[in-house]
Amino acid sequence: MVFLQQLVNGISLGSVYSLIAIGYTMVYGIVKLINFAHGDILMIGAFCGYYAFLWAQGSASPVLAVAFAFLLAMAISALVGVIIEKTCYKPLRNAPRINALITAIGVSIVLENGARVIPFMGPNPRQVSIPEAFKGVFALGGLTISKVQVLTLATSLVLMVVLTAFVQLTRTGKAMRAVSHDMDAAQLMGISVNRIVSITFAIGAALGGAAGVLYAMNFPMINPYMGIMPGLKAFIAAVFGGIGSIPGAMIGGLVMGVAETLTKGFISSKLADAVAFGILIVILLVRPSGLLGKSAREKV
Amino acid sequence: MLRVESINVSYDTIQVLHDLTFHVDEGEIVTLIGANGAGKTTTLHTISGLIRPKSGSVAFEGADITRLPADRIVKAGLCQVPEGRRIFANLSVMENLEMGAYSQRNRAKATESLEQVFRSFPRLRERRTQSAGTLSGGEQQMLAIGRALMARPKLLLLDEPSMGLAPLLVKEIFSIVQEINRSGTTVLLVEQNARMALSIANRAYVLETGRIVASGDAKELSESEEVRKAYLGM
Repeated sequence: MVFLQQLVNGISLGSVYSLIAIGYTMVYGIVKLINFAHGDILMIGAFCGYYAFLWAQGSASPVLAVAFAFLLAMAISALVGVIIEKTCYKPLRNAPRINALITAIGVSIVLENGARVIPFMGPNPRQVSIPEAFKGVFALGGLTISKVQVLTLATSLVLMVVLTAFVQLTRTGKAMRAVSHDMDAAQLMGISVNRIVSITFAIGAALGGAAGVLYAMNFPMINPYMGIMPGLKAFIAAVFGGIGSIPGAMIGGLVMGVAETLTKGFISSKLADAVAFGILIVILLVRPSGLLGKSAREKV
Repeated sequence: MLRVESINVSYDTIQVLHDLTFHVDEGEIVTLIGANGAGKTTTLHTISGLIRPKSGSVAFEGADITRLPADRIVKAGLCQVPEGRRIFANLSVMENLEMGAYSQRNRAKATESLEQVFRSFPRLRERRTQSAGTLSGGEQQMLAIGRALMARPKLLLLDEPSMGLAPLLVKEIFSIVQEINRSGTTVLLVEQNARMALSIANRAYVLETGRIVASGDAKELSESEEVRKAYLGM
């Protein structure tokens, strides 16, 4: 029973990691950049959620309040994601990849410390006021599932299904896959690579923002550095699934979540982070291309 | 139709194209022949907007396209079939063709182009749901050409369409190129297989280390002593 309980907790937490990991993997698939500032987008989303709940306090419909939180977080995060791409990464598109990587780390530091000085964010932790209707748990036999966990699973599932449909079925989604396979050939077909890159950053950041709201509902203390740990774990999830692969990121996120809760439940909660990074080391040693990743082939 | 005016192109410090000037008139098949490393692909990439020249200009139908982004050049009616086919192996055959029509916002026209491509390449119709990466080399070349035709180009640039194909397939591809030309598309063909290229072209330019060293009527060129020795192995 304890095992099942931890499994449920892990899948719920893992679905949040999946949402963040998708942002890493999509951006990597298109511009071959590990966007280390992506975790901080989660923090921005969490703050959006915090204010949305604050403003919606006492409003008649808690469902509307939650919907408003997601919309606000996704919109602001997407906007921030696109601005970062246009101002920081685009000028470096033809530079060596290490330059963009270092820039990403720089952007991350700017976002974290920028948030510390912005008055409505600030360095002190804030308590998120989740609408009353979403507090409490369901008891299923011996299992307890919180309402927030149900919301987390449902929201993640819906977002992932919508994303998959978008990437597989729409003209823009197909163009994204084409650009990720061969950027030059895509340009020769009349696909505007700049537009596709912007859309990719917008979608990745929007999912990161939504993950921020979910994360803030699960762990309702937020601060400017809160994105670092989940960001790193989601990055490991993306590597586990095979960076560049969207289904891989989804699976990787769930595995990371379950590994974390099982470690906490059966070994020691202090070891949870060590296990996460241990997984990274093992993947890099055993299968660097990840679960669903393609191993790089030499062109002949 | 296409006017390339004294373009100079360098990769870092190495100059690849020197004062290259040539033109393609409407309705023609013009071929650019030359050995490996002569600058043929660089020339096409400069025309398509993937590489920017240090100086000189490229004009298409009287409009300057030298600094236009690559995707706008496609919209202007100039489409390239890149060397090595470069199909989207992770997409299905059908999706590859849809990407070819990316700049075509008119659904009806795109469907019409698709029918035309399927008529020219019945094999692609049979395999439309298949992943493009599973096609044979010849089928991939057909897909690459079909994909470019989906954009309904006025000028089609072909980069080494014979590369890596069996002689019989090379013949088939070249007769398809002639057919495309007959139906009203101007063709600029880059080839190492000079004999085949000269046999279907109206005019030809010979490129050597980034300079044009000979040009003229394709038939006359193929009879000239120098070209025969250097490129036809006779």
